[in-house]
Amino acid sequence: MADVAEISGPQTAIEPRGARPRHAFSRRNIFIYGTLILVAVYYLIPLYVMVVTSLKGMPEVRLGNIFSPPMEITFEPWVKAWSSACTGLNCDGLSRGFWNSVRITVPSVILSIAIASVNGYALANWRFKGADIFFTVLIVGAFIPYQVMIYPIVILLREIGIYGSLSGLVLVHAIFGMPIMTLLFRNYFAAVPEELFKAARVDGAGFWAIYLKIMLPMSLPIFVVAIILQTTGIWNDFLFGVVYTRPDTYPMTVQLNNIVNSVQGVKEYNVNMAATILTGLVPLIVYFVSGRLFVRGIAAGAVKG
Amino acid sequence: MTSVSIKDLSLEFGAVSVLKDLNLDVGDGEFLVLLGPSGCGKSTLLNCIAGLLDITDGQIFIKGKNVTWEEPKDRGIGMVFQSYALYPQMSVRGNLTFGLKNAGVPRDEIARRIERAANILQIEPLLDRRPGQLSGGQRQRVAIGRALVRDVDVFLFDEPLSNLDAKLRSELRVEIKRLHQQLANTMIYVTHDQIEALTLADRIAVMKGGLIQQLDEPLTIYNRPRNLFVASFIGSPAMNFIKGEITGTNGSPVFRAGDLTISLAGYETQQSLAPGHCVILGFRPEHITISDVPGPAGRSCEAVVDLDEPMGADSLVWLKVAGKAISVRVDSGRRYQPGEKVFLIFNPAMASLFDVATENRI
Ligand SMILES: Nc1ncnc2c1ncn2[C@@H]1O[C@H](COP(=O)(O)OP(=O)(O)OP(=O)(O)O)[C@@H](O)[C@H]1O
Ligand SMILES: [Mg+2]
Repeated sequence: MADVAEISGPQTAIEPRGARPRHAFSRRNIFIYGTLILVAVYYLIPLYVMVVTSLKGMPEVRLGNIFSPPMEITFEPWVKAWSSACTGLNCDGLSRGFWNSVRITVPSVILSIAIASVNGYALANWRFKGADIFFTVLIVGAFIPYQVMIYPIVILLREIGIYGSLSGLVLVHAIFGMPIMTLLFRNYFAAVPEELFKAARVDGAGFWAIYLKIMLPMSLPIFVVAIILQTTGIWNDFLFGVVYTRPDTYPMTVQLNNIVNSVQGVKEYNVNMAATILTGLVPLIVYFVSGRLFVRGIAAGAVKG
Repeated sequence: MTSVSIKDLSLEFGAVSVLKDLNLDVGDGEFLVLLGPSGCGKSTLLNCIAGLLDITDGQIFIKGKNVTWEEPKDRGIGMVFQSYALYPQMSVRGNLTFGLKNAGVPRDEIARRIERAANILQIEPLLDRRPGQLSGGQRQRVAIGRALVRDVDVFLFDEPLSNLDAKLRSELRVEIKRLHQQLANTMIYVTHDQIEALTLADRIAVMKGGLIQQLDEPLTIYNRPRNLFVASFIGSPAMNFIKGEITGTNGSPVFRAGDLTISLAGYETQQSLAPGHCVILGFRPEHITISDVPGPAGRSCEAVVDLDEPMGADSLVWLKVAGKAISVRVDSGRRYQPGEKVFLIFNPAMASLFDVATENRI
């Protein structure tokens, strides 16, 4: 609207032709970009404060100017957060938690996606007997609050003998990721034309051949989406981590909590900030690296049902 | 020798019965077309033959072997789908070889078959492309090639041309016909396009509601439809129908509808045309002639031109006869003006008579 009003100024003499002229500083643009910048700043300020604080030494932090940039940049808090901050019993920083988290996240993501994609494929393409019931049960599973199942699973893991170990937590993550991941894959595979599947059957491909040679190669986008969702979800998990592991197998998030909430000594805000950023780095990197693919995968899923 | 034989086939999806006690024998090397309106069960029947659907009852024989419980790959069939269904991540060559690799065919044999199929379908230059880089017609050729390399006795086509534009469709139609002449194997071809059916088929099975209404050679289906459904489904422009009754004696039956009377002398039928019998008389638009002078008595009547639709080679003229609309196909050389008075001449030998109650041909 604003554009039109401006054109009807001195330019009315010009015969309209070709692309409509655009004005960088039209009222509409100022409004749109203004809003966007405002929202971006609102979300970025906390991050800014964190980064700035983590680069200050403790004396500077005590001055209390949280918005001012560091007068003297130091990486000491980062080093401390990583390798020597005290988390409850041991004082070797977040590094232990980081490697625990890696050892939890990688197998959990692989296991849950491998199982869920096969589940989704079987549900979507092989209409076996009871498929609908199975699917309904899974969907219901997606809506049951986790808290209800925490204690039964503790008992279950204890009985199997893997309570407190990393493999126990991996199993828990794989199970809890199952409903939503299966739903994701089922919907994606259901949108694959049925005739493709029939053609493969005429060509003599069985359950696994169709899955591996036909379905997998055409579902890269949905795998990327699943990997992102699971990686960030499992990396950020705190509840299962604190319940199903022991101090020496705590994931990074639990360690972070222990650092930040430790009651002894002075509050080292700079170390806390560095630790927090370090913990959030993995999901952040995942988003940055795969953001474009992620959007494309979500869009593909949306368009195809 | 029958190639495909279907005995008492029934198929139900839950409570919905799609195919009912269907029997069908397809001869060796025959080109059979399944024709019918949307939803009549053509694809379902084809999928049953291919083994892609579990049937409820009945038996299926291919080359004399009972394949009712066999897997699709073991039935000796190749199938071409409407949406091409090419594997998008594989090259054309990959698409063609996929089935052969699954079957464990030796390398040199695969190469030999690919070469032959590519040669027949003229897709050699496309072998290393992805399906996404092909045009619709090329994709359909590759899809046919995928069935071809399987070296099977029976080809199943499910509306293979319906995603193509009119020109390409008629080109590929000719190619499929040529392919059939060259390979001489059995082909079962599903379509709802009657031109495709009439041009390609050795025999046509017209289906409706899961039942085969008529199974005959194309011209028999066209000229002597067995019931009202087949008569109205086949033919474009559609057949004219007039409801009336038989009068006159058995020796010289006459059809009467209001003021309109048409002699039926010369109409071939095994049944007797008893006076008082309520019937529907059908004439194809090209089996009526328009004339400026009255024709032979009893076979001619007066009519008023309503509309003239030129269609290129010929025109479709709509006329009013005794209050009824009738279309006649004439040479487009002469245009008719609305309101013009003309005479129609009927040829009873080319007519079709149907019982009003049963809708079957008399
Ligand atoms: N999976 C299914 N479950 C229930 N009903 C089905 C299923 N598949 C097909 N049908 C029904 O079976 C009938 C026949 O379907 P079919 O696909 O064979 O029709 P068609 O003759 O091939 O039609 P078209 O020309 O539109 O392809 C239709 O009424 C359809 O609704
Ligand atoms: Mg169909």
